[in-house]
Amino acid sequence: MTISYQLKRADFIFKNQNDWEEVLSKSISRTPQELINELISSELKGRGGAGFPTGLKWKLTAEISDSTKYVICNADEGEPGTFKDREILSMVPFKVLTGMAVCGYVIGAKEGYIYLRGEYFFLLPELNKIIREFEYYCKEIKFDFTIRIFMGSGAYICGEETALFESMEGKRGEPRNKPPYPSNYGYMGKPTVINNVETLAHTYTIFKYGAKRFYDLGVQYSRGSKLFSVSGDTPKPGIYELELGMSLADFVEEFGDGDTKAVQVGGASGFLVPRKRFNETAIGFQGKLVGISLPTGGSMMLFNSSRSMFNVLDNYLEFFREESCGQCTPCRVGCQQLLKGIKAVKRGEKNTKYLDKLLRLTETMKLTAKCGLGQSVANSFSSIVENFREEMIY
Amino acid sequence: MPGIKLSEKTIGIIKQVCSDFRNEGSELINVLHQVQGKLGYLPAEVQEVIAKELNISVAKVYGVVTFYSFFTMIPMGEHPISICMGTACYVRGAEQVLSEFKRQLKVEVGQSTPDGKFSLNCLRCVGACGLAPVVLVGEKVFGRVSPQMVKNIIAEYKEVGASEAKSA
Repeated sequence: MTISYQLKRADFIFKNQNDWEEVLSKSISRTPQELINELISSELKGRGGAGFPTGLKWKLTAEISDSTKYVICNADEGEPGTFKDREILSMVPFKVLTGMAVCGYVIGAKEGYIYLRGEYFFLLPELNKIIREFEYYCKEIKFDFTIRIFMGSGAYICGEETALFESMEGKRGEPRNKPPYPSNYGYMGKPTVINNVETLAHTYTIFKYGAKRFYDLGVQYSRGSKLFSVSGDTPKPGIYELELGMSLADFVEEFGDGDTKAVQVGGASGFLVPRKRFNETAIGFQGKLVGISLPTGGSMMLFNSSRSMFNVLDNYLEFFREESCGQCTPCRVGCQQLLKGIKAVKRGEKNTKYLDKLLRLTETMKLTAKCGLGQSVANSFSSIVENFREEMIY
Repeated sequence: MPGIKLSEKTIGIIKQVCSDFRNEGSELINVLHQVQGKLGYLPAEVQEVIAKELNISVAKVYGVVTFYSFFTMIPMGEHPISICMGTACYVRGAEQVLSEFKRQLKVEVGQSTPDGKFSLNCLRCVGACGLAPVVLVGEKVFGRVSPQMVKNIIAEYKEVGASEAKSA
């Protein structure tokens, strides 16, 4: 099976933000219902990686009646290999702030927060300056909305929305049980919309040009464009805005170094795709695309034939073991055992059948871990072990 | 760890930060950021003062300090060196760079040199994967670092005074 969709470049995200005042004032002169409909018909899905429909998220939160609600921009960009949010916040921050304010208007929230990744502290002075300018304009048009930045402190797990709330409340970043979902019970137990930086920047495009401009990009079930952070063995690392739905083969032709052995789509919690599957893999959300369709937060890491997949997996597992919050057993112990296990197989201390046992362990983790971290270890583990079993052993 | 006796001045600084955040327990992380910024690290004695001021248990403060990798209970070097161990950096040879730093500075990860000039740490992805492998010294970023470059990076900070290195 071959994916026939082509790689197409797009240019919306980084396009000028100078008309933010107009976009904001025009948007809040419309009814919340109109804005929600606009978002729903654009079919924008969350750009953090999970792909929850943004319009629906806003709608659910708007429907809850509560005098206090919050809008949170998730800028805890921690997935290895992603660096798009940092670029958005330095190049077009007003788009993000406008998206937050419009969201506040739609759901009835007066306070917004940006949860900024600790490593991005250098963005803080400039962002604070921009927020002051933004709030000044809001005051001028008598629109009541404030934004505050909350600094992360170096924990990958805090990108998980409920762990992020816990962290903002001054606690250890341990994920909560879901349900209740943030639309009912979020930050401080109040209804909260939490969106990724890029998602908010896309809402700006949608409110500015209308849903159709956005919907016309991409393919069925995967509408619009998306930023991709390209790294690894590539002659042109960097950030690229591409339409969703392209085939991985096209992507590799554009960005590979001619010797691409595999691509890790979606960072450590994503999937590794070996060369033989490039043709049948598309980048987008699950749906009726031909072949396999992989969602992603935008991390695309290319590996050429000089790379050992054992080392790659070893690095991912090391990462997960370090970043597991330790709250639930499947994840805490699972990550440790997987790491120990592959090392033992490599050293010949364990029989190669032991890899199958480890694969079953990842299945258990997928079913029983409390949050996305423990559940997604299986993605990279099984896709690497199944496709490069030989490299795990010799 | 031997106990430290905090000076009145240090206690005053901590109390001031806490009251800047209205002594609210929910502001714990902001308080810790500020205090660490002023004192350099967060030893147990400092945590006790914070717990008392915010009216929460010391265990809770300790739990948060040890959960987040940004908070440290031991003093850092004058020039903290951090090596990115994110996947992109890792496959491009961050481990060799790290061992070269270890060899030249004669310290392990998480330790400082005896003269207090350098400390060595690993971190996860600084979001500069296009420059892999990446090394941070203080706030300065070095990209595409090879083991051969390690000597020069260290020399840069050894020779010049602290203030000049910061402005570089």
